[in-house]
Amino acid sequence: MTDQSQRTSGDGKFDSRGYWAAVIRLTFILLAIWFTVSYGFGILLRDQLDAVSLGGAPLGFWFAQQGAIYTFVALIFVYCFRMNALERKFGITEQNDG
Amino acid sequence: MDSAQFWTYFFVVVTFGAYIGIAIWAKAGSTDDFYVAGHDVHPTVNGMATAADWMSAASFLSMAGLIAFLGYGGSVYLMGWTGGFVLLALLLAPFLREFGKFTVPDFVGDRYYSTTARVIAVICALFVSFTYIAGQMKGVGVAFSGFLGTSFEMGIIVGMMIVFVYAVWGGMKGVTYTQVAQYCVLIFAYTVPAIFISMIITGNPIPQLGFISNVKGEDVAMLEKLNTVVRDLGFLEYTASNKSMIDVFCITGALMFGTAGLPHVIIRFFTVSSASAARVSAGWALVFIAILYTTAPAVSAFARLNFVDTVHQSTYISSEVDYNNDGEINAEDYTFRADQVREAGGKPVPPWFKEWEVTGLLGHNDVDGDGIINYAPLPDENGSIAYAPGMNQLAVKTEVDPLDRDIFVIANPSIASLPGWVIGLVVAGGLAAALSTAAGLLMVISSAISHDLCRRTLFKGMTDKQELLTARFSAAGAVALAGLLGVFSTQLGFVAQVVAFAFGLAAASLFPIIFLGIFWKRMNREGAIASMVFGLVSVFSYIYYFKFGGGTPDQYLLGISPEGIGFAFMWLSALVGIVVSLVTSAPPQYIQDLVEDIRVPGTRTAHGAADEGMAPLPAE
Repeated sequence: MTDQSQRTSGDGKFDSRGYWAAVIRLTFILLAIWFTVSYGFGILLRDQLDAVSLGGAPLGFWFAQQGAIYTFVALIFVYCFRMNALERKFGITEQNDG
Repeated sequence: MDSAQFWTYFFVVVTFGAYIGIAIWAKAGSTDDFYVAGHDVHPTVNGMATAADWMSAASFLSMAGLIAFLGYGGSVYLMGWTGGFVLLALLLAPFLREFGKFTVPDFVGDRYYSTTARVIAVICALFVSFTYIAGQMKGVGVAFSGFLGTSFEMGIIVGMMIVFVYAVWGGMKGVTYTQVAQYCVLIFAYTVPAIFISMIITGNPIPQLGFISNVKGEDVAMLEKLNTVVRDLGFLEYTASNKSMIDVFCITGALMFGTAGLPHVIIRFFTVSSASAARVSAGWALVFIAILYTTAPAVSAFARLNFVDTVHQSTYISSEVDYNNDGEINAEDYTFRADQVREAGGKPVPPWFKEWEVTGLLGHNDVDGDGIINYAPLPDENGSIAYAPGMNQLAVKTEVDPLDRDIFVIANPSIASLPGWVIGLVVAGGLAAALSTAAGLLMVISSAISHDLCRRTLFKGMTDKQELLTARFSAAGAVALAGLLGVFSTQLGFVAQVVAFAFGLAAASLFPIIFLGIFWKRMNREGAIASMVFGLVSVFSYIYYFKFGGGTPDQYLLGISPEGIGFAFMWLSALVGIVVSLVTSAPPQYIQDLVEDIRVPGTRTAHGAADEGMAPLPAE
């Protein structure tokens, strides 16, 4: 995609403000979850969560050593999926996915 | 030579041969190849290379042992060193790939239209990378001297020569594909013993599930039993915290944002073909990292429980496993003596304890002189047993002394009575972890010198060919310097203390300006320089004061230790950048257009002075 006129991505109606707002919104939601499972469940709310036990592991402790990591992986793939959908919606035609 | 040593030689020679073979196959022909592997690496392949690049000797050898001692306190490493990839995927990697240049200082210099900013970024990148690489080289030396019977220095020289071949010859292309091979070696070497240990302790072959299962043959959860056992001995409960909440919060933050700001991780995402490939690649990287990072805490808990079970209250036997080294059981041998202990109704010290005692990583300091190993905290000089919250669990002394934390990973195969080849594999895995990280760091160092200092700052008229030659020479020089740092690391006590530097500096000096450079168009040159300088100076002085300047914990700012201070100063550094930007003039229009471009995949075009003399890489 070296073509100099890609700014409007083909149809000339690319809504860059709307696209960026959507990206920011998505990023914000995912980072809120990122914060909740690690800093929230694993650190700040640990004492409350530890009252619950998951196979002998206090839940807050489990989030700090296992649950947060699984959630992180899921978050990145959700981000990829949602971003691809956003790019289609706004008509961005980046051809190569590797 | 015993079987474990034979297999160690075997695996080390085979894997090193493979790395060299890959390097010869992947020769770099251009600066594109050398810096970014031709920017057409498949996202999954890059994910695997990133995982090896990221997981160092410390992740592989030391982390599980550290968590075994710290319990909940070790969570900061688990969350911190994985959570950073979410920040990287969402906030940096796709945009930096869209920006389309070679290095982190490239982005800083172009986005902030300033050679000064570029040079400061080079200083940050070099400082962070050299700090980190010394530890890797030291790890290589320790592995060689501990398991292959060579000297420490010889081990480092062999390691240097291997890295030299594939980094100098193959550049990023060679590094990428050797890192893929190294990932396979290290993950196999880590998970195989973990599976066996999990079966022994819990009967469940999957360590992550064993972690939340009952102890094999008992009706009690593994972690509950571990809590009870260590509490009864007088240690802090395994799932309890030894640090204040604010400190845990800040250390996790410094490690996360530091991870996202580390140049050797960021440059891996320049090697894929597009912004969307960079996103997916970050996801794969975290999958491959999570395999090790979710296994590690399970290994830690199993190893601690097993350690208490088998070592505590066991009768120490001074003779070696096979004293005469004749393969027969004699009266002087461990086996013979162990039988005697058992007949007398005692518990002999386990055989793996004897095997590893030879390496000096483990030993028995019989304080009360009763010949029984008592693995319980010894009273300190005031006569009190210190296990209060806040007490450094790593400093608690027992009759098991010395007790190196690395033992919890490297002794796993012997604890699980696995054959000798598994031990060889673990050594090869540790070396793979150290070498892959060292290579990634070398690429940052050489490109910062040949590309950012020479081509983009001092000698702007350089041709591609001259730059490639300079890149090879600076990589060679960096290998030599890294080796020297490794050799002298034992004399330089600071090497072990400086990991906090690397993460703190990356978090406070690099992360804010890269992030703001993408997400805030108004951020300008003056703001960026002020922010980087503030981050660099504040973190450096704080850590220096508490690590080397005689500072004491009661002087901590808001109770935050040097490991976590990067997180606090990161926010201040961003604030300084924003305030300075607002009181100085806005960046020129072409820079604002550039920022618009990198936000939208596939729209990057050349913009004015920033792209003069070096056009951005296209997204194909």
